[in-house]
Amino acid sequence: MAYSDEIRTVFANVIADIRTQGLFKEERAICAPQGADIEVEFPIGSAKKKVINMCANNYLGLSSHPDVVEAARKGLDHRGYGMSSVRFICGTQDIHKELEEKLTEFLGTEDTILFPSCFDANAGVFEAVLTEEDIMIADRLVHASIVDGMRLAKAQQDTYKHSDMKHLEQKLQLHQDKRIRLIITDGSFSMDGDLAKLDQIVALAEKYNAMVFIDESHTSGFIGKTGRGTHEHFGVLGKIDIITTTLGKALGGASGGCVSGRKEIVEMCRQKGRPYLFSNTVAPVVVEGALKVLDLISKSTERRDKLEQNTIFWRKGLTEGGLIIKDGETPIVPVMLFNAKLSQDFSKDLYDEGIYAVGFFFPVVPKGQARIRTQLSAAHDMHHLEKALAAFLKVGKKYNILHKTKQEIIDMYGM
Amino acid sequence: MAESVKDIVLEYIRNEYLEEGDDREVNYDTPIISGGIVDSFSMVSLKVFLETQYNISIPDTKATPEAFDSVNNIVTLLKEFNIE
Repeated sequence: MAYSDEIRTVFANVIADIRTQGLFKEERAICAPQGADIEVEFPIGSAKKKVINMCANNYLGLSSHPDVVEAARKGLDHRGYGMSSVRFICGTQDIHKELEEKLTEFLGTEDTILFPSCFDANAGVFEAVLTEEDIMIADRLVHASIVDGMRLAKAQQDTYKHSDMKHLEQKLQLHQDKRIRLIITDGSFSMDGDLAKLDQIVALAEKYNAMVFIDESHTSGFIGKTGRGTHEHFGVLGKIDIITTTLGKALGGASGGCVSGRKEIVEMCRQKGRPYLFSNTVAPVVVEGALKVLDLISKSTERRDKLEQNTIFWRKGLTEGGLIIKDGETPIVPVMLFNAKLSQDFSKDLYDEGIYAVGFFFPVVPKGQARIRTQLSAAHDMHHLEKALAAFLKVGKKYNILHKTKQEIIDMYGM
Repeated sequence: MAESVKDIVLEYIRNEYLEEGDDREVNYDTPIISGGIVDSFSMVSLKVFLETQYNISIPDTKATPEAFDSVNNIVTLLKEFNIE
């Protein structure tokens, strides 16, 4: 047998090491549709518990919206369950083209191509578009999928300090000899919840003849006055060359992603993007659901406005209650605990209080920056947030960290 | 007298990777990658700098996190390119 005991031991030891380092990740089984109120088995197999979900990417609360579910059901009836093909053989339906057109319109770009996920979009776009004559200059906190995509590309790489425009400018000056300069950033950074300084980035791109790439996965649907994203928020609609985003968060939460931007770039992804060429088409049921999502959010900003109000309430409540949060304006609100074990203990106590929020620590975030990342949703009503806030403050009081400085918390619990 | 390779690299690392107000000590033998000061993604900037500064091309097989883990390690790597 090829899978010998020796080989099994090799892998078992790796897993044991992960456990020893306290980095072992466990899944929790949710026995309900995604929403503000969910039933969870944690650990899997234990009794189900009703909790308030404070950590979903379900920003607009559309993951289980009845109109979206109904549209998906109709899609199932009209276009079937699967396509059993990649796009360019026999996997493109009329609804795929329709969704690409609607996304183009929504994002204010020239053209769009769907990918199985935004991870795939990021993994494929740089390799499809750039060559060794070009340089990719990325913010150091971009998402892992962008890092992987850059590693797969032949183009040269450089990085700049997180949101440091002076440093970015130095790098643009340094790389003036390259054929194409591509500045790469997340629109909103998923761990800290801050927005890229996109107006300044676009100004630098114009000054130094560079293109701009943004990943809008944590902004599409709710950042900007009509939810178009970071480029709308900063008044630079139409000036972004490549946008990637996901249908797996605010825009229905199922799956799928896209590259949207200059038409030649999108065409190159259609001709050369490996995750597009060699992976199955997005399922019709998902496409129909996403079309309904775009229809809903294009007609009304009600859900995006509710999310904004929820975010203001939550940020104010935590701050006034004496917890330390990362400043910002997005619905990603990290509650800073600094110590890894404290973040895990805090999360467990919250769960006992009926609140589902997960601790993040090294290597997901830098050492000494452990936190509980909370995420607001338009699915949250005030009673959800009031209960969650009371729980955070109760647990915060238990650990004696309310109205304490970062240094005082570190002195008590260590980094 | 021209600055030594060691000091040029050390100064670059301090400017490139430490934020303003970051008072972590970085010396010739400080582990910068395994010590969490530089992650493997940000390490590419260091490679770009060395290649530009010394007009060399460091193959990926040599540009490992171990080879870049301290100023002393980097100096050892540069010796392979006759840079001292």
